[in-house]
Amino acid sequence: MTDALIAITVLWGFVFIYAVMATMDFGAGFWSMIYINREKTKATNIANRYLSPTWEVTNTFIVALVVAVYSLFPTAAYTLGTVLLVPGSMILLLLALRSAFLVFSNIATEYRKPLTYISGITGILIPGLLISVLPITHGEFVDYETGFAQLNLGELFTSPNVYAFIGFGISSTLFLSSVLLADYSKVSHAMDAYQVYLRDARIFGPISLAMAFLIMLTLRGEAPWLYDKMMEDLPLLLFSLVFFLIGGAGLFLPSFFEKGVRGMPRLAMIAVTIQYLVASYVYGKAHLPYIVYPGVTIESAFTDPNSFRAVFVTYIVGFAILFPGFIYFWSLFMHDKRYLRQRKPKEGTQS
Amino acid sequence: MDDLLIARSLFGTTMAFHIIFATIGVGLPLMILTAELLYQKSKDLEYVVMAKRWTKAFAVLLGVGIPTGTIAGTQLSLLWPGFMEVIGRVMPLPFQIEIYAFFIEALFMSIYVYAAERIAPWMRIVSLILVALGALASAVLITNVHAFQGTPAGFRIEDGNIVDVNPWAAFFNASFFVTAGHVALSAYVTGAFVVASVAAFKMLRNEYGSRLYKFHQKALMISLVVGGIASFGTALNGHSAAQYLHEYQPEKLAAAEGLFETQSHAPLAIGGITDRETESVKWGIEIPWALSFLAGNSFDTVVVGLNDFPEEWWPPLFIHTLFNAMVLIGSLLIMIAFAGIVWKKFLKKDRFPKWFLWLLVTSGPLAVAAIEFGWIFACTGRQPWVIYRILSTAQAATTATDLGLLFILFIAVYIILAIAVVLVLLYYFKKNTVLDDIRRAEDKNVQLFSSNS
Ligand code: HDD
Ligand code: HEM
Ligand code: HEM
Repeated sequence: MTDALIAITVLWGFVFIYAVMATMDFGAGFWSMIYINREKTKATNIANRYLSPTWEVTNTFIVALVVAVYSLFPTAAYTLGTVLLVPGSMILLLLALRSAFLVFSNIATEYRKPLTYISGITGILIPGLLISVLPITHGEFVDYETGFAQLNLGELFTSPNVYAFIGFGISSTLFLSSVLLADYSKVSHAMDAYQVYLRDARIFGPISLAMAFLIMLTLRGEAPWLYDKMMEDLPLLLFSLVFFLIGGAGLFLPSFFEKGVRGMPRLAMIAVTIQYLVASYVYGKAHLPYIVYPGVTIESAFTDPNSFRAVFVTYIVGFAILFPGFIYFWSLFMHDKRYLRQRKPKEGTQS
Repeated sequence: MDDLLIARSLFGTTMAFHIIFATIGVGLPLMILTAELLYQKSKDLEYVVMAKRWTKAFAVLLGVGIPTGTIAGTQLSLLWPGFMEVIGRVMPLPFQIEIYAFFIEALFMSIYVYAAERIAPWMRIVSLILVALGALASAVLITNVHAFQGTPAGFRIEDGNIVDVNPWAAFFNASFFVTAGHVALSAYVTGAFVVASVAAFKMLRNEYGSRLYKFHQKALMISLVVGGIASFGTALNGHSAAQYLHEYQPEKLAAAEGLFETQSHAPLAIGGITDRETESVKWGIEIPWALSFLAGNSFDTVVVGLNDFPEEWWPPLFIHTLFNAMVLIGSLLIMIAFAGIVWKKFLKKDRFPKWFLWLLVTSGPLAVAAIEFGWIFACTGRQPWVIYRILSTAQAATTATDLGLLFILFIAVYIILAIAVVLVLLYYFKKNTVLDDIRRAEDKNVQLFSSNS
């Protein structure tokens, strides 16, 4: 592999990790808003219990992503920075309101409802905007008439493909987060909440799949280069579909592992993650070598080799240092029964 | 306004807003750690209560500090793509390492708050130390990029291309240690005096000798000691920072001092306004020879004046006022801390005069103001360069137009956040009084850190 290929693989890895974590994060925020009035099911508490300790960590991934783009592909950062000014700023504005009001809603308990509404609604818009970065990199909305790259907002917001991506982003957010929360509530022995999230996952799974087909359908007309290259990997796309079906089985069938329980959310969670992993691999591979089609490729945008080596070393060292921290964190918040099965819904869910 | 001016104003506004939360976010963890350690030593539960209350405030401030920092980081690429292209090639390390610092801070902050009651006391202290170190490291690292902008290193420009890149040489650029030290120390100053402000205000509001009065007095004394040490360090280190300017960015020092003619035995101008027409500082106090001595430790040091540079390289002249204001506040804070400690510990007086408490109330806002003045001085004083003598701000700016609406939207969001954060803090501390927390701390069955209402 060339250095540029290693670099884009690292970047793709960050995008994937952030995409999964962000869907959980924004989705959980949204569900905690939807079920805020249904105190009996504890669905909101479960969502908050997941969200409170994790949102900061998730947010750090978005920063890591931005930093990875400009330290690995500085020339692409130039073009992306220029064309993403408007959508990027919109994302930032929503993100600021969302994060701040999420924290506020947990502190100012008497005003929890209105504050949760602000963070829930702004939060669910963000994945839709975030994913619109992908069709922007397909190039057809970027003009070079003035000599500089410029985003054509009019075309962007009249493109069916862009709307398919936005729909996919939002429905995937709701799908993945409800699968995760179903699993999380089951581990926490909150069976009412479990039923609620299981039902949501059953609704939003097929919608996400339909959106994915819609993306392919519209992509064909709007970015045929990408569509054709993706179809070269049709077997992998079908493979991904198989995992979607396994995920579906995990949501609908009675559990093999426990008597009298419907659904195997852990299985569904793993299968669905693999499904997204494979599909995004196909998308990413077809996107190569372009970062922004057709002008910016991974080779032309690549950083200085000396810098790349130095950054790569920090990745390895940083990972080695952080890994135990992540494990400890996971064991305290995803695994510790004392945290998961708290009797009293904790009022003090801070930051 | 043209688009370049809007881009500069927008970025400056973002930074000026972020820095309030970021600085307190570096300073407060040290205060929390001090309180936790004092508790381990004295077993006085009131220190735990302090730690808990400051942690709450910190958590709320993080809710604004983190998203505004995310805005700052992303806006750098959105507004200054030319700058970030160079940084990506030459200076990616601080940003990259900063990410790990953010992760450490985020992971252990959550652990300290949400797992407080489930982990061993020593693990709480370790978590808190990691939070404080993570915050310090992120400040030091981001400041390193700023240091690089003033003293670029680790690359050459040949025919418009960047060659001979050495990212570690860029990382250890000339002014890294001095600048980072100044930012770290000044953050501790700010954290301490913000606490002092609140404590002094509460002492004015509560009856002398009451439990609450004593509680706040304890907090005040911690902050005077921490703040006193840190502000003394800041001034010493600020002196080195000025000597670095003398060496590396002479036109910035000249503008900071309002010096037009190159000379040895140069005078130090305090206060006043730099006047372009008469090439002098009007209405200021002049101390003969002092500037030469400060810049190079000898009266013979030749200090370069603005007239030795082409006028389009001059920084704006008003930075003289910003610089003066920062130094003045720095000196005042040292005196306040010193006076408070002497009064209490050495003269053994048990009661501060009212006017002194009021002075203390202003100390926190003054420290924040000094941070703002210092940064605007440092960034605006670098103009017209974004990377000193290598890349001009105009070249680095985005080519996108019509930034006006975005500017308005960002300002609106900052105003909303500013109002909301103040209201939330007031609401929370009104609902959860010190006495509530002391009661919770004394009751073994109640979880102090996770308690809220
Ligand atoms: C509580 C805040 C605070 C206080 C009391 C002081 N400073 Fe400061 N100063 C800062 C907070 C600050 C800062 C905001 O953190 C800056 C902005 C950029 C930087 O590196 O630190 C800064 C920058 C800065 C610079 C410019 C560095 C550059 O442009 O690269 C100099 C020369 C000084 N300071 C000198 C001093 C002196 C002589 C002080 C004497 C008391 C002083 N500062 C007090
Ligand atoms: C946090 C406190 C800071 C404040 C209040 C601040 C303030 C400002 C202001 C007012 C400007 C506009 C300057 C002008 O056009 O007159 C500016 C520009 C800029 N600052 Fe800072 N700044 C801060 C920190 C930083 C740091 C840490 C960096 C390094 C990463 C940085 C990098 C820049 C860049 C790249 C510009 C734009 C180009 C330029 O105007 O030179 N700033 N900042
Ligand atoms: C020297 C001035 C600065 C200091 C001291 C500082 C310090 C901090 C600190 C301590 C935090 C943690 C959050 C908090 O405690 O509120 C933070 C957050 C952040 N800062 Fe700043 N910062 C500075 C300037 C900047 C600049 C110029 C950038 C942009 C390049 C930036 C980017 C960020 C980001 C991206 C975050 C969010 C991190 C996360 O997701 O956890 N900061 N900053």
